[in-house]
This record gives sequence, C-alpha cells and structure tokens, in this order.
Amino acid sequence: MSTEKNNQLENKITVRDLKLWYGDFQALNGLDLDILEGKVTAFIGPSGCGKSTFLRTLNRMNDRIPSCRVEGEILLDGTDIYAPEVDVVQLRTHVGMVFQKPNPFPKSIYENIAYAPRIHSLVNDGPEMDELVETSLRKASIWNEVKDKLQQPGTALSGGQQQRLCIARTIAVQPDVILMDEPCSALDPIATAKIEELMDELKQEYTIVIVTHNMQQAARVSDYTAYFYLGDLIEFADTHTIFTAPTHQKTEDYITGRFG
Amino acid sequence: MSNFMNTGKNPRQKQRERADTRFRLYGLTALGLAMAFLVFFFIDIIGQAIPAFHVTEVKVTVHYSDAVKSNYNKAIDHKLRRIVSRGWLRALPAQLKAHPDMIGTSAELWVPTDSRVDQYIKGHDGNGLKPKYQHIVDAMQKDGRVRQVFNTGFFTSGDSKLPEQAGILAAAVGSVFTLLLTMLVAVPIGVMTAIYLEEFAEDSKLTRLIEVNINNLAAIPSILYGLLGLAIFINFMGVPRSSALAGGLTLALMTLPIIIIATRAALRAVPESIREAAYGLGASSLQTVWHHVLPLAMPGILTGSIIGLAQAMGETAPLIIIGMMAYIPEPPTSILDAATVLPAQVYTWSTESLHGYTERTAAGILVLLTVLLSLNAIAVTLRNRMQQHW
Amino acid sequence: MTTADLFLWFFGGLIPLSVMAFWIARGKALSVESKTNARLHSRPGFYGLYGLTWMALPALVASLLFSVAHLFRLFDVPPTMLLATAFGLGSGGLWFALSQIKADFRARQAVEKVMRGLLLTAAGISILTTVGIVLSVIFESIQFFKVISFWDFITGTQWQPDTAFLIGAGRADENVAPPLFGSVPIFAGTLMITLIAMLVAVPIGLFSAIYMSEYASHTARGRLKPMLEILAGIPTVVYGFFAAITISPLVVDIAHAMGLEADYTNALAPGLIMGVMIIPFISSLSDDVIRAVPESLRDGSLALGTTKAETIRHIVLPAAMPGIVAACLLAVSRAIGETMIVVMAAGLRPNLTANPLEGMTTVTVKIVEALTGDQEFDSAFTLSAFALGLVLLTATLILNIISTIVVRKFRQQYE
Repeated sequence: MSTEKNNQLENKITVRDLKLWYGDFQALNGLDLDILEGKVTAFIGPSGCGKSTFLRTLNRMNDRIPSCRVEGEILLDGTDIYAPEVDVVQLRTHVGMVFQKPNPFPKSIYENIAYAPRIHSLVNDGPEMDELVETSLRKASIWNEVKDKLQQPGTALSGGQQQRLCIARTIAVQPDVILMDEPCSALDPIATAKIEELMDELKQEYTIVIVTHNMQQAARVSDYTAYFYLGDLIEFADTHTIFTAPTHQKTEDYITGRFG
Repeated sequence: MSNFMNTGKNPRQKQRERADTRFRLYGLTALGLAMAFLVFFFIDIIGQAIPAFHVTEVKVTVHYSDAVKSNYNKAIDHKLRRIVSRGWLRALPAQLKAHPDMIGTSAELWVPTDSRVDQYIKGHDGNGLKPKYQHIVDAMQKDGRVRQVFNTGFFTSGDSKLPEQAGILAAAVGSVFTLLLTMLVAVPIGVMTAIYLEEFAEDSKLTRLIEVNINNLAAIPSILYGLLGLAIFINFMGVPRSSALAGGLTLALMTLPIIIIATRAALRAVPESIREAAYGLGASSLQTVWHHVLPLAMPGILTGSIIGLAQAMGETAPLIIIGMMAYIPEPPTSILDAATVLPAQVYTWSTESLHGYTERTAAGILVLLTVLLSLNAIAVTLRNRMQQHW
Repeated sequence: MTTADLFLWFFGGLIPLSVMAFWIARGKALSVESKTNARLHSRPGFYGLYGLTWMALPALVASLLFSVAHLFRLFDVPPTMLLATAFGLGSGGLWFALSQIKADFRARQAVEKVMRGLLLTAAGISILTTVGIVLSVIFESIQFFKVISFWDFITGTQWQPDTAFLIGAGRADENVAPPLFGSVPIFAGTLMITLIAMLVAVPIGLFSAIYMSEYASHTARGRLKPMLEILAGIPTVVYGFFAAITISPLVVDIAHAMGLEADYTNALAPGLIMGVMIIPFISSLSDDVIRAVPESLRDGSLALGTTKAETIRHIVLPAAMPGIVAACLLAVSRAIGETMIVVMAAGLRPNLTANPLEGMTTVTVKIVEALTGDQEFDSAFTLSAFALGLVLLTATLILNIISTIVVRKFRQQYE
C-alpha cells in the first residue's frame, strides 16, 4: 500500500490497524491509511465493503450502534480519537458529517444553520449570527437561492438544495474535516454537479472524505482514492493512478466494471 | 491541537455536559417514580388485604335447647352473645329443625366471631367493641379459646350485611355471567367488523365514516356507555335493571372498539402475499380470509380480545349506572337475575364504614387484580410466543 | 311468557333447526350429485350453508320486525304467534332453498353474498352504538332543558337540585325555593382535578417515554414498558379505593403538618392518582411518536457536535411535538371522563374554589349521584345526569377529533 509518498503534505488523519466488529461479525480487518490535509479523499468499493462503516469511525458516529466495537488507532492531528479521555461531542465539532439522504431539521432555513453555533456559543444571536448564517450559506453556494426565504422550513427545499443546506449547517460549526457519506446518491445529475462543484471549492478550507458508489464521481472530485473490498483496504493511491494504473487486479476489475 | 479532550474544558462545555447528565436523570427519575408508585401501591393493597384472608373463631359451649328454635340467642351464654357472629346464631333454628335429634344436647364448638371481635383480635382497637367485651375476649384468648382460621367463607358466600359473612362468590358469578355475555356479543361482532373493514370494504364514504366512528367510540368515557345502557337497554328495550344481560350488553358495546382495532391490526400484519397465493389457487375472497388470513391473525385477535375483556372485567362506572351495585347475597342463576360484579362489589364495600368491610374491599381488589394481571400476562405471552414476524 | 323466555324459546328452537337445515341441504346436494352424476358447482358445505341461511334469515328478520314493532308500540303479537310465524317462514325458506339445489346451482356465490351482508351488518353496529349514545344523551337532555334553561345550566354557579322532585310532583308554583342547576362549579372541579392529573402525568409520562426510547437498551425497554402498562391495567375502582383510603388521609396529614387545612375529600388525592393512571397513556403514545422521528435527524444533530440531551430537546422533541400534544389531549379526555376515582375519593359538594385541598366535585360524580339516587327517572335531578353527559360527550369528541387531526398531520410529515 503506497502511503509513503507526498511527504511534503501533512497528515490530517492517520489510521493504523483499525479493526471493527458488529457483535461477532468483523466488518473492518485492520486498515492503515493516511488522509491528507486540504485534499479530497474518496472511498470506493462494492456495497457492504465497509467504506461507510469506516467513514463513520472517523467522527465516532458508530458509537451509536451498541454492538459496535473498535480496535486500533485513528489519529486526528496526532491525537487518538478513541482514547478514553476524548470527548466525542467535541470531536464531532472538528469532524463534521454530511449524510446520504439530506436530513435538514424540521426548522426554518435560518435555524438549521444557527442551531449548532448557538449551542456551541460560537457567536451571539443577532447580527453576528446573521453574518455566520450568511457566510455558511454562501460557502455552500446556496445563499442566492434562499436569501429571501430564510424563515421558511428547510424541509420545503428541493433535494439538492437540502443537501447543500446540510453542508452549510456543517460548515457553520467550522470543522477541520468534513465527512460525506454518498452525499449525491439521492440527488439528480444537476444537483449532483452542483455539489461536486462545491466540494472543489470547499477543499481550499477543509479536508474532505467522501464515500461514493459512483466511480466517475470519485474520479472527478477526489485527489486520492481508496478501494475497499470485504472490510479490507485493497488499494490506496492518488486518484489518477487508481483509475489509470491500479496495482491490484481486484481494483482493476472493479473500476472497469467487470465486478461490482 | 487536542481541544476535543476531556481535560481543559471551558465552563460552557462543562455546563453542557452537566445538562446532558441532568436530562438523563430526569428520565430515570420519572421511571423511578412510576415504579416506586407501583411498589408502594401493591404493598399497601396487599398489606390491607392479607388480614381478610383469616377470620377469628372462638370456642364456646352451644346448648341445643328447645328454646333455641324460637330464640337463637339462647344457644349460648348471654355474655358471649355479642362475641359470636349473629349470622351463625341465626342459622341455628333451621339446623335444629333439620336435625331434631340434636335437641337437648350441647357441644363445645369453634364458632365464627362477630366482625368487631375479629378486628379487635387483629389489632384494630375499639372498632366498636365495648370494653366489657374486650375483657371477655382477652380472657378467652388467655384460655386458648380464640384462634384464627383461613377465611373460606370469603370465597364461598355472597354479600352480607354482616362483614364477617361477606364474601365474593355472588359477585364472582355475576362477573362470569356478564363477561360471558360480553364475549359472546363483542368478539364475533368485533372480529366480523374488522374483517369487513380490512378485507372487503372499498374505500367509500361509508367505510371512512365507520372508521372515524370506531376511533371515536374507543375514546368515549365508559360512563357514557352506562347512560346508553340505561336509556336504550333498560328504559327502551325493557331489559331488567341490574341484570347480567344489561351489564353484558353495555360492556360488549364498550369493548367492541378495542377488539375491532386489535383485530384490524392483526389482519393488517398478515402479508398480502398470502392472500395473493390463495387467490392464485382459485379461492374466493371468503375462503381466502377463512382458510388463510384468519388462522394467521388468530394470535393477535386472541390477544386483543383478552385485553378487551380484561378491561371490561375491571370496569365499574357503566355498571353502577345500570344498577349493578345492588345488594346481592346469593349468586345469580340466570342472566336476568339482579347481579353484581367484582369491581362493583369492591365499590359497595368501600362505601361501608366498618373496618371489616375495608379489609374485605382490599381482599376483593387483590382477587380482582390477580385475575386481571393473569389475563394480561396470558395475552402478552400469547403475543410474544405465537405471533409470527414477517 | 316473559321476554327472557321468548328469547330462550326462539334461539333454543332456531339453533337446532338451522343445524338441521344445514345437513338436509348438504344431503340433498350430495344425492343430486350421485343421482345425476354431474359435478356440483360448489363444495357440498356451501349448499348446506345455503339451506341454513334460508332457514335462519327469514326467522330472524321476522322476529326483528315484530320486536321493532313492539318497541315503537305499533302492534303487538302474542309470543306463541311470533314463534310460529318466525319458524314457519324459516321452514318455507328452507323448502325454497332445497328446491333451488341443482348440480349447477352457484351455492358459493349465494352464500358469500349473504356473508358479506352479515359482515357489513356487524360493521354497522359500531355506528348504531354511536347513534345510540348520542341519541340517548340528547333525547333525555332535551327533557332536562325543557325545565331548566340551557343558559342557567351552563353559566350558573349554584347547584342545588334538592327541590327538583317537587316540579315532578306538580308543586313548582308553590312557595318552595326553585332548584338550581348551575354547573360552573362542577366544571371547575372537573378542570381542577384534570389539571392536577396532567401535572403528574405529563412530566412523568413524557420523561419516561424519552428515557425508554432514547436511553434504555432494547432489553431494558422490553421490561420497563410492560411494567408501566400495569398502571393502565389496574381497574379504576382500585385506584379509587387507594386514593380514598391511603392517599387522601396522607394528603390531610401532610397539609396539617404544614399548617394547612385539608378536607378528606380534597381534590388533590384523586387528581394525583388519576395522574398516575394516565402515565402509561402519555408514555406509550409519546414513545411511539418519539421513535417515529427519523434516525437521520438524530445523526444530523449529533454530527454537529451536540450532546444527546441537546439533540433530544432541540430536534427530537420539537419534531415529535404534534404527536405528544395529541397524546396529552387524549389523556385530558380520559381524565375528564374518569369516574370511579372521583366518585370514591372526591367530594359530592359542588365547590367553586382554586384550593385543591378543599373538596370538589366533578361532572362524572354528579352523573353517578343523579342516576343512583332515589328520585323518579323523569325528575330534573335525574335528567341532569344526561345534560352533564352531553357536555362530557361533546368535550371528549372535540378533544378526540383535534388529536386525530394533529396525529394525521404528524404522520404525513414523516411518510
């Protein structure tokens, strides 16, 4: 596994020998992987390969599943996020997440954005909050579409707009890393294109990890790509290499559509 | 950069963490309060009920003289007349008439006591028992002439104006009559209604009206069913007041929505594929329902019916309205006889001031609760054991 | 012959006759099959049922007609004649059915048509029940409002019905104080006790539901829920006894210890116990709606770095609020219609006060009092029960309809 190159770039997340079980079933069999700061890293692989499970370990969303058990280490900026003294709630303000299905809260667009910053006391209500809401929506390229209807419910937006609202909501907490779990799988091609465009802008500020079942998307948006198969990381390299000259036969089979 | 660690948190974060813990504690407290109530409730009721399962007897000499035939008081020493149960004394003349050979003899017998003595022995001082009798009882107790035996009379006799003779038999029989009627009326009609709505009804105005109606019926207070029973069954149709028939019909109407709702849920849980399979083999809609859907829905239907009947069994308010709280010393023999039911018996006893009735109220409650909780337990077990998951 | 005997004779005769009809018709069908050597259109049992239907249905319809005629006092027939007519018609029906039975006769279709009709009739009984309740309450209420003005009933603050029987005795004009049926103090008592009950039930029920759906493990939940539901399975007469014998004296003692005066028929004891009774209604309905809130909303909120409590308070509860409100409305309608607890533990005297330590009375108590009293059924005092019943019915139906609408809105939101 060629993870040694690009030494000039900094590791944002370092994963070492990560194993994960659901009850007796082992879903991840010892992964090693480096996610680089300011880059888009894509996880691809057939369904059930563990890519989404792995993504959810990065902000410990899998803590919500009672039977789930994790071994190994995941370092975020050099600190193990599975260390006992870690506060999961605070961790998630550093590692945000966008989900497969847009899940805006049943509140107004404004409140969708303001909810988390208010809880974290990032800014005060009033003009400061207005400004934060506006910047977040602008960064998520949705400001122009919603600026006149901030008080309308977020659930009334179209699917693509909802997903960008969810991205804006994540940005408002000012995380370092944004995890995206198949963010476009519920969207139409036009909405998908908008989100992909957005990702390109966002990587200036954030480290992005995206799970996708769509290989063209991985090829289009990511700098690095990891191919997972049955709980193993088969191959991890820069996206160009993966799609033009994969080292593994399995990867080749998958990306050429012979399998999966 | 490690500001997601537990150490070195700012006050705001600590405050949020405490709020999180507090919120969880509220939930635990709420559940704890509910459970504490349950425990307190059962301990209190059982504590009050247990004494009623024992009654006091005294050993006295009974003289079967000829005079007893006309004045039963003469059978025992006049000092003891207020000690033994008047109900027992009253039965003597009849006993003598049946066995004339006993006249002239006398016997040492264990005899039930008056309720006041019973209560005095059980530690409720001065419950209407005069001090002079208290002394007599004390003396008898020293001689070993007082004992406590299991209160079989509580299960074998009906209501009585004498607390020591009051039992639940008449009410229990009344409950059985009433519930049988309720079951016979409510279960078939309820199941048929549910079958119609789930399996046959088209989505018409009539169907929707029936559905809204059933939901409303389920929410109507039980006492209004009593008003219905009084106005329609008793005043209009002339069903005898206080009868198990009136009670059974009233409770049947009350139970109907519960059974309909449960049966519909059970029918809905049977997958469509089973129906399609039956239709595919050329079965008619009725055959499909009768041979395939109903058997599969049976556990759910049974569970719903048992729960509905348990609810009917504990119901009091509508039955009071239609007069089923009358004084019933003898078990009814037909559904047209005046009858009472267990909860109504509990209610009538609770209005009596003598403590002998209070403990019988609690004992009646204990019997009622035992039956009801067993019924519910059966229903739950049935649901867990037999229900298939599709 | 009494009505009861008539019933006995009728069903005692009809059931064996119907069974007979089944076997005769089935036998006829089988013999037709063997004689003509043609295959029967339907299974033999259907021919049996066809015969049974033609036996029982005419008899039932005839007897029903006679009963209705009797009830509305149109005409009366002696019981023997009723029985003879009914069974005669039944036999005629059977004879007709037998004449119909041929190999190609579609018995199954005929029977199924009748069965459908029966099912529809059963479904109709629920409507008849509602109509019955509404009619019986309205009809008797009209009698009441003929004597007492509706306005006085709804707005009056004095409830003194003791002289009502004098009106019935034709002495209304004499020099007696007129009975007063001002129900405001009764409504006030009902509302007070309902309020106390809700103050107990809403927090405990809601927080129990939150704990069970959000915190408790699957097994813990499986044990806790049935325990809570025991509370709903305890008969109200038992709660009433408990409130009157155990809680009321306790309330009085505690009040005395704090230097307050309290009646033994105080509103607090029945209110508290009613609250306990209602806990499972609120908790299980709230539990359902809380669990219906999609998991993705919780994920979305937690991923923003909020604590579990913050997620529940700001996201889950607001989303579940319509369902919770509906649950509370149903609980209120349960509380105002609850009878035994207040009959046994609350007072009889209408009392317009805001002090829950004083005795108060409720609508249901007054209904029971009026109908178990010894006054004539036609007296205004007895009829007042139906007027109060009408108020109760209206209030329950309105609460139920509102909660149904709210729940439907909630369901639409997440489907």
